[in-house]
Amino acid sequence: MLSKRIIPCLDVRDGKTTKGIRFQENVDIGDPVDMARFYYEQGADEIVFYDITASHERRNIMIDVVRRVAETIFIPFSVGGGIRSVEDMRAVLLAGAEKISVNSAAVRQPEIIARGAEAFGRQCIVLGMDVKHVGVRPGIPSGYEVVIDGGRTAMGIDALEWALRAQELGAGEICLNSIDADGTREGYELNLTALVSGHVTIPVIASGGAGKPEHLRDVLTEGRADAALVASMVHYGNFAISEIKAYLHGCGIRVRKTW
Amino acid sequence: MIAIIDYNAGNLASVARAVAHLGFACTVTADAGTIRAAERIIFPGVGAAGAAMDSLKRTGLDAVLVEQFAAGKPMLGICLGTQVIMGFSEENDTRCLGIVAGRVSAFSGRLSGDDGRPLKIPHMGWNRIRVRVPHPLTAGISPQDEFYFVHSYYPVPDEADRVMATTDYGIRFASVLGWRNLAATQFHLEKSGRPGLRMLANFCAWTPAA
Repeated sequence: MLSKRIIPCLDVRDGKTTKGIRFQENVDIGDPVDMARFYYEQGADEIVFYDITASHERRNIMIDVVRRVAETIFIPFSVGGGIRSVEDMRAVLLAGAEKISVNSAAVRQPEIIARGAEAFGRQCIVLGMDVKHVGVRPGIPSGYEVVIDGGRTAMGIDALEWALRAQELGAGEICLNSIDADGTREGYELNLTALVSGHVTIPVIASGGAGKPEHLRDVLTEGRADAALVASMVHYGNFAISEIKAYLHGCGIRVRKTW
Repeated sequence: MIAIIDYNAGNLASVARAVAHLGFACTVTADAGTIRAAERIIFPGVGAAGAAMDSLKRTGLDAVLVEQFAAGKPMLGICLGTQVIMGFSEENDTRCLGIVAGRVSAFSGRLSGDDGRPLKIPHMGWNRIRVRVPHPLTAGISPQDEFYFVHSYYPVPDEADRVMATTDYGIRFASVLGWRNLAATQFHLEKSGRPGLRMLANFCAWTPAA
C-alpha cells in the first residue's frame, strides 16, 4: 500500500521564498534551495514550489532555482505558477522537476492539460484547483465553484465537474485548494476533499487550512486525501515534518518513516 | 564511466544528477561506442513501452543492450527500463528486449486496497519492498524503507528466481529483478531519498559473479 504523502509548499518570488520563515536550525532563511534541503532531510515526501514572480522576464530565475533544487534533493518535486504553454512545462521539467502544476491557465485553456500529458506523460501533469464554497445553485451542482487568479475571479464552473474533466483530459493528479480554508490554520475543507477524491481515480492532494497534525489526520482519513500540503505550520517552526509523521503513524495512518 | 542510455524516454538528467551526487562519473549517451566502452550501464526511462522500443530499434540500441548484457557488463534497469528488458509488454502490445523472459502486465482497474476502496492507477507514491532473495543491490535496505513508484504496468518474469523483491499494491508484484549481471527496479532509485541513493551506490560498486 502507498504511504500518505506530506508535502511542504514554498512560494517563491524572484528566486526567494516569500514568507518570513523561522527555523530552529541554522538555515539560510529565504533560500528555496536551502529550505528544500531542510524539508528533504526532515522527511518530506515531495515538495511543491509556486513561482509567484510577477514579471515574465524574470522567470528564468525560477528555472535556475529548479536546477539547483534538483541537484540537492532526491525526492520528487513539482513547480507551479505562471505555466502557460507546453514550452513552459518543458523548461521546468528539463531543469529537473518531476511534475508541473497548472491552475488558471488550464481553466482558460483546458487543452493545455491534454497537450502536456501527451508530451510528457500524465504523471507529470498536476491540476491545481482553487475552490470556493458557494452553495448548490444553477451550474454549480456540487456547491463548490472554481476560482482563479488567487481566488479573485469566479469562473461559474463546478469544481467536481472540472476535476473530472481535467482527469479525462489527462491530469495525473489534483492539488485541491480550498480558498475558504486557506490561511485559517483551522483545518482542511474535509467535505470538498472527500467529494472530489471519492469521484476521481487520480490522487488528490489536499491544500488549505493545515494548522496542526490533527488536521492532517482528518483529511487523510475522513477527507480521503492521498496527500496533504502544509505551509505555515511547518514554515514557522511550530511543527517539524518528522513530528507530524510520528503523530500520523501513531494514529494508524501509513506514512514513510525512514529517509 | 557509467553510460546512462538516452533513448528519448523522459528525464534522464535526474538519474545522472543522482549518480554524480554519489561521486561516480557518468554520461547520458545514445552512442554505441560509448556504451560499449562504459564500465556499466544504467537503462532508465519514463513513458510508454511502444515508443521506447521504436526509439531503441530505430537507433540500433536494442541490439547493443542485448549484446552488452550477454558480454557480462553490469546493467541497471529503472522503471520503464525494467519493463523494456522483459520479453513482451501489454502496453501497446510491444515486443521488448527479452533479456529477462516474461511479460509486462497492466494493473487492473478493479484492484481495491485494505479499506475496500478502489486503488488509484497509476501506482504513484511511496511504497515498501519485501526482499525475497538478498542481492548486492538491496544490501543495507531495511523493511521500513520506502521507494518512489510511478507506473501503470509491472514486470512478470517467467522464472520466479529472477524476483529479488516484491511490492504490494492490490496485488503482489516484482519490484526488484536480478538476473546474472542485470539488476532492475520498478521504482525510481534517483527519487527515493537516502534508501534509493544507497541502492544506486550499491549498483555502482557491484561486481557480478562471472
